[in-house]
Order: sequence, then C-alpha cells, then structure tokens
Amino acid sequence: MSEIQAKAQVERVREEVSRPWLSPINQRRWQNFKANKRGYWSLWLFLALFILSLFAEFIANDKPIIASYKGETLFPVLVDYPEEKFGGFLAVTDYRDPFIQDEINANGWMIWPPIRYSYRTVNSEIPEAAPAKPSWLYTKEERCSRYPQGVDDPNCVIGNWNWLGTDDQARDVLSRVIYGFRISVLFGLVLTALSAMIGVSAGAIQGYFGGWTDLLFQRFIEIWSSIPVLYLILIIAAVLPPGFWILLGIMLLFSWVAFVGVVRAEFLRARNFEYVSAARALGVRNRTIMFRHLLPNAMVATLTFLPFILNGSITTLTSLDFLGFGLPPGSPSLGELLRQGQRNLNAPWLGITGFLTLSIMLSLLIFVGEAVRDAFDPRKTFR
Amino acid sequence: MSAPLLSIRDLSVAFTQGGQESLAVDHVSFDIQQGETVALVGESGSGKSVTALSVLKLLPYPSASHPSGQVLYQGQDLLDSDERDLRRVRGNEISMIFQEPMTSLNPLHSIERQVGEVLKLHRGLGEKAARERTLELLNQVGIRDPEKRLDAFPHQLSGGQRQRVMIAMALACEPKLLIADEPTTALDVTVQAQILELLARLKREQNLSMLFITHDLGIVRKVADRVCVMTRGKIVESGPTAQIFSDPKHEYTRHLLAAEPKGEPPRADLSAEKVMVGKDVKVWFPIKKGFMRRVVDHIKAVDGVDVTVRAGQTLGVVGESGSGKTTLGLALSRMISSEGEIRFKGERIDGRSFREMRPLRRQMQIVFQDPFGSLSPRMSVAEIIQEGLRVHEPRLSLEERDAQVVAVLKEVGLDPEARFRYPHEFSGGQRQRIAIARAMVLKPNFVMLDEPTSALDMSVQAQVVDLLRDLQKRHNLAYLFISHDLKVVRALANEVIVMRNGKVVETGTADQIFHTPKTDYTKALIAAAFDIATAPTGVVSD
Repeated sequence: MSEIQAKAQVERVREEVSRPWLSPINQRRWQNFKANKRGYWSLWLFLALFILSLFAEFIANDKPIIASYKGETLFPVLVDYPEEKFGGFLAVTDYRDPFIQDEINANGWMIWPPIRYSYRTVNSEIPEAAPAKPSWLYTKEERCSRYPQGVDDPNCVIGNWNWLGTDDQARDVLSRVIYGFRISVLFGLVLTALSAMIGVSAGAIQGYFGGWTDLLFQRFIEIWSSIPVLYLILIIAAVLPPGFWILLGIMLLFSWVAFVGVVRAEFLRARNFEYVSAARALGVRNRTIMFRHLLPNAMVATLTFLPFILNGSITTLTSLDFLGFGLPPGSPSLGELLRQGQRNLNAPWLGITGFLTLSIMLSLLIFVGEAVRDAFDPRKTFR
Repeated sequence: MSAPLLSIRDLSVAFTQGGQESLAVDHVSFDIQQGETVALVGESGSGKSVTALSVLKLLPYPSASHPSGQVLYQGQDLLDSDERDLRRVRGNEISMIFQEPMTSLNPLHSIERQVGEVLKLHRGLGEKAARERTLELLNQVGIRDPEKRLDAFPHQLSGGQRQRVMIAMALACEPKLLIADEPTTALDVTVQAQILELLARLKREQNLSMLFITHDLGIVRKVADRVCVMTRGKIVESGPTAQIFSDPKHEYTRHLLAAEPKGEPPRADLSAEKVMVGKDVKVWFPIKKGFMRRVVDHIKAVDGVDVTVRAGQTLGVVGESGSGKTTLGLALSRMISSEGEIRFKGERIDGRSFREMRPLRRQMQIVFQDPFGSLSPRMSVAEIIQEGLRVHEPRLSLEERDAQVVAVLKEVGLDPEARFRYPHEFSGGQRQRIAIARAMVLKPNFVMLDEPTSALDMSVQAQVVDLLRDLQKRHNLAYLFISHDLKVVRALANEVIVMRNGKVVETGTADQIFHTPKTDYTKALIAAAFDIATAPTGVVSD
C-alpha cells in the first residue's frame, strides 16, 4: 500500500517537475517565431512538401500501390514480385507491360499511384522524340497516338500524363522532381546534422579548455579549410564511384568547420560565467558542465546557423550534380535536371521546372531561417 | 520661488512586451530647482532609473511609451520635442553619468579623444582648444597628472578614474542639470566617498542641479537637498532630506531607514575546531615577455597570507577591489592553483587534483556575488539545487532528493513551490537565497561567501545577513566572508583580516579592527564605509 502511494507520489513529482512543457524562454521564442508570419507559413509549407516527398514511392511509381490477384492481396510498392507469378518470365515484374496489366485486371484489380512513373521509368509512348512537352499541351489524339489502341487504349489515362513533360531520356520530369527534392533535402539534413555534431563538439572542446588545445586546433582548422574542396572531389571521384554516402563523407570533411567559430566563441565566453564556476565548485564533471550548462548557450548560435547551412549543403550538391561530379548517373537530382535544361534550350519546361523547384525550396528554408533568427534574438520585441 | 529648472509632471512610463502592457512609472511628479540636488531613492525595480532615462527620452522606444505626463525643462516639454531639439538638450543642457564606468567608455578611444569629441561636437572647438579644455576638465574632476593621462585608454584607468573621466565628459559643455544614475554603486566604498565629494564640490562651484539616483540612504543623506522615495513606480514620500530622515511619514520610508544590516556576530572562540587553515598562501600570475615567453615577473595577487577559519566562526576578509580577497578565497577552496600549505579539517589539500578534490567539494561550498549570474537561466530551481546532490549522492531516489530540496528551501525562507520555477521569476534577494540553498543542501562545513550581499538592495542585504547568521548558528558553519562593505562585515564577522595588494595589512578580532584600527588604510576603509568620508591622498587607491 505504502509502496503504491510512494510510487504515485513519484509520478506526481515527475509530472510537476516537467510541468511547463517548454521553459518560459522557449515559449517566448516560439511566440517570436510565430510572430514572423512568413517564416511560420514557410515552415508548414516546407514540412508538408518534405513529408509528402518522403512518401514519393506512393505518389509517383511504376508499380501499383496495392493489387489483388487471384484472391491474394499484393503490395508491389513494397515487395518485388517476380513476373512468374503473373505468367511472365522476367525476374522483376514490369507492371506497365499491357500483358501483365491485362492478366492482373482479368484476375483481380490494382490501384496505381497518381503518377504512374518512377524517376527512372522510361516512357516509350511519348508522341514525339524526347524531350516531350507536358501532356496537357497535346490534344487527346496526339497524346494517345503511340498507344496500341490509340484514343481507346486503357493506358491513355490521366495517370500516364507527363505533367511537366519528359527529359531527353523520356523520363517523367515531375516524378524526377519529387524524388530529386527528397534526395536533396535528405542529403542537406544528414550533412547538416552530422557537421553540427562534429563542429559543435570540436568548438566546445576548444572553447572550454582553451590554451594550447585551442591554439593548435585553430591552426589545424586554418590549414584544413584552405584545401580546395571542389578539386578534392574531382580527384576522389576519379578513384571512388561517387554515391550518396561518399559525397556526403567528402563534404562532411570540410563542412563541420563552419560551426566551430560560433560554438568556440560561446564556450570561451560562458566558461567563466558564475553559474559555471558554481557548478565547478559543486564538483560537477567537465563533461556534465559542458553538456548541461554551456551547450544550451551555444545551441542558440548553432540553431540560428542551421537553416543557412542546410541551404548551402543543398546548393553544393546541386552544383556538383550540375557539373556532373555528383550523384551517379540516373539518380533523380535537381542539378542534373538543370543541366538537361541547359543542354535542351528547345525544351524550356526542363530549365523552368528545375529553377522553380530549387528557388522555392531554398526560399522557404531561408524564410524559416529568418524566423528562427528572430526567435532567438533576445532584443527582438513585437508590438 | 522662481520657476523650477526641471519639472516632471504626472509622468507615466509603460513597457509593452508580447502584447501586454506593464506600467513601470505611475504618475510621478517632482521639481528640481536651480542648484538643487534631488535624490530619487528606491529599491531595484522601483522605476527610478526609468524615470531618469525618460527625462532625455533614452528609453527603448517604441516598446516603451508615455501614457501621460510632461517633462518640462525651462518650460519646454521634452517628451513632446523631436530628435533635433532633444540632441541640443542632451549633453549640452542636461547630461548623464551611468553606473558602470567600464562599459560607458569606448574601450578603443583614448581619454583625450573621448572627452574632446563632446567638445568638438557640441561646442565646435578646434583640435588645440579642445585639448586645452580637456586638460582643464580633467584637472577639475581631480585626475592627477592629466597631461600624462590624455593618451591613456579606459582599461589603463581604475574604476574611480574612469568614473571621473565620465564626469568630465558630462561636464564638458557646462550643463545645468546632471543626472547621476547610481554613479558609485560599482565602486569601492573608498572610491565612492571620493566621487561623492567630487560631485558635491562641482555642484558648489558651478551651481549645478543634480538628479541623483541611488538605493543607498547613506549617500542620500550626504549629497541630497531633497529626497523622493519611490516604490513600485510611485513616489510615496518626498521632502527635504533632514525631514525625511528625522520624521519619515510613509511606512516604506521607515522600512528603508531601518534596513541597515544589524545584529551581532557570534562571539570569537579561539578554541573552536580549525576547519580551514592556510599558511603562506601565494597566488602569483606570471608575466611573460619576448619571443620565448620568458617569465620576467609575477603579478602577486595573493602574496603570503596566513588564514584560519574556525567552525561556527566567521572570518571577514576586507579590502578594496584588486586587493586579492576573492583570489584568496578561490585558492583556499582550490578553484585556482596556489602555493603554500592549505589544510582542510587537518588534511592537506593543496596538492590534490581537481578529481581528487571532488569528494571534498560537498564539505566546502561557495556562494557567489552576483545572484543573476550564478544561477543557470535554463534550469528550474529544483534542478539547480539538486545538481550537487546528483554528483555527491547519486544513489538518492527521486523523492528523497525532492524532499531534501523542499527542506532546504524552507530553511532559507522560500516557498517549496518555488522549486518548479525558473530563476528569472525571482528577485535578487530570492535568487541569492536559492544560491545559498544550493550550497546548503550538501550540508557543508566550510562556506566561502564572495560578496554575497553587494549586488543586493539595502533592505535585502539585511535579510540575507540574518539568514546567513541563522544558518551558521544552526549548522556550526565556518564562513570565509569576503566583502568590501564593512557594514556587512561588522554584522557577521568575528575575526577580520584587512588586505591590500595581496598582502595582509592588519588582522584581529572584529572588535579590535572596528574600534581600535591600527593602520591608516583600515581607518580609511572604516571612515568610507560608515561616514562616507574620504581619506588623505595616498592612503587608498583612486
């Protein structure tokens, strides 16, 4: 009985200790963030786009989301079924093949995603030589001209439209944009998170211990950051096949330096604060002091930087792709789309799409960044 | 009676934050006559500084606003004036000196340039004329060898000298009214006496009017002709200084007057257990020069000091700033490295590393000067107080820890509910209680108190002193009490050492030091603290 009571009391204490979900200072910051309307809406818009793009396979894919075949429910999006299952002979089923479609429709049904192309699906039914214009610029007859049954073909439907046209390899631009957006943002996020982790730790150690540690580390960083990154990537690309993780690794080698300056400065400033001395007088360990007392101070500067670093990472990846030293050929990438736009000036939808996607994405992030900066500005007051 | 020089009528100041408006000054009215000093007295947060700043419209507009009122300077309403008119008045007719002389001077400009700039801007003086006038001003404010000081930078001057330069700048254009916002709070008592004397002399010589803002009634008695007592944005009582002191009408004024730290320290008992003993303690900081960073000399912050702190007793360490009192305290509690033998409860601790010191940390605690800086703003009060328990008693369960926090909060006179709140929700005195609770929760034997009261208002100082004395009696604590304020030392310490330039000048029981001081230095300190009197040149620093 008494044990239960004690437990209940602990629960109550725990509840009370964590009573304000956000500390008052964070509540004020959230208010300041919301007060910047443009940044606030940009955040929601960006989050909506990003979360949508995370489910790109369910939006744009050359496989049905769900299918029923001979009483069995199949999930082609998630599972690769061999074609044998439907009476074919390929190792991986090509659901766009009219033969397979007829077979499945005869023995069940299937639901396609709204766009029936993946980023690497080649559309062999485009009405003219690739790159083809957006489908809504053609008449129905033109659009269906390459299908076996013409206007009456069951595949000449809105799901098979190329809303933004195709690129010069007859791949759907819209689905490449969706996948490309996702890979760009993910690359940026992972790179930013990892560089923040390394940069903040390095800055923290330099600022907290100071003296020789600081001096040597700073000189190392000066030498390190004078290495020309682009040439290094060119050289490494000649040796290793460039992929997502290898590019990330190479860029990570240099991008963490951006955080060191601010974090080091914050630690240098704050390590002599009285509450830090007080913690030292209590016998608290260095590591705990750094995490509990100093890191929150440095996080303000770091968080203000984050959106801009994220933007920089995305731009770097795009420019590498544009130059052809980025992600392997065939990957959905916005830089590659821009390059196609530059090469095919007769197909303006490529360049325009690439430009708009990038500029909207980067602008949204900058607006969010501005709002974050406002939120952390202690002198900012809103009337 | 002629028209007043400055007349503040019905002034209100409101601050807007997050859509909420709060009134900082509430319908305040007072006059300042030509050649008169009016003191605005009140505790921190009473709105006295805000009132002074609104005279020259120096508040952060637009988040600050004036719902009502007029500031009439020679009949002109300053609140209604535009920036151009105000610029003519600022510095020229009305000038200000601020509390913190370090941050009010530009660290990158020489003294000549800073003072000369005012003259060139407002008076249109040429290079040579400005230089002459600067010298004259520096002479006036009592800076010795002004010719040598012209090229000095602010960091090369002492706090008192910097405040003198600030006053020279304020007087450069012969203003009619000087607003002094706690001009001596950041200074040592000895320097404070000198600055106050300087201000009184300037006022006499130049027929200056002054608006003097302070929380210290001792100063008011010394300098003011009339007093306005402010609390919570309102003036509750005003009148001639003598009348306010002899016959206070309002309850709050009486409360302020009664706020001096009182009470007797515990009786000196030389047989009590020696908790902390330092023999010939030295803290020398090397001065390195040249390419090979050779050590050419040392700054002797603490130079061969012997101390003994006994259980249940308080050793007061007094001296001007820079005399090495805090350094001595930090060396004894092994926060900085030092030479010389240090024994804690008989055990030698001067050779121990930071890690080896950790088990002893719970028995020796520190309470810092600034209650605003010593509490992490991001942690709740419970987390702050628990921090030491988590290090030294990691096995305690959650509710045991919570029980200890509640107990210690009650002991220092705070509501246990306070543990869920954050430091910024508390006043200075309450914050200092939290800092004391953080030290006390570990049940230490030895507590180093580093000027624990000097950042607090007078009436709060008295309460904190009472609390400290009470805790000492209850737990038989040994205090090392560091302060430049002898009033507080007298109320708490039974043994005193007087320090100057790292060395002990005089040592003895509190009775001996306060009643029969032997050295001129000690006498000067006592005179400055109790009578705000200056000492002859050379005895104390300036």
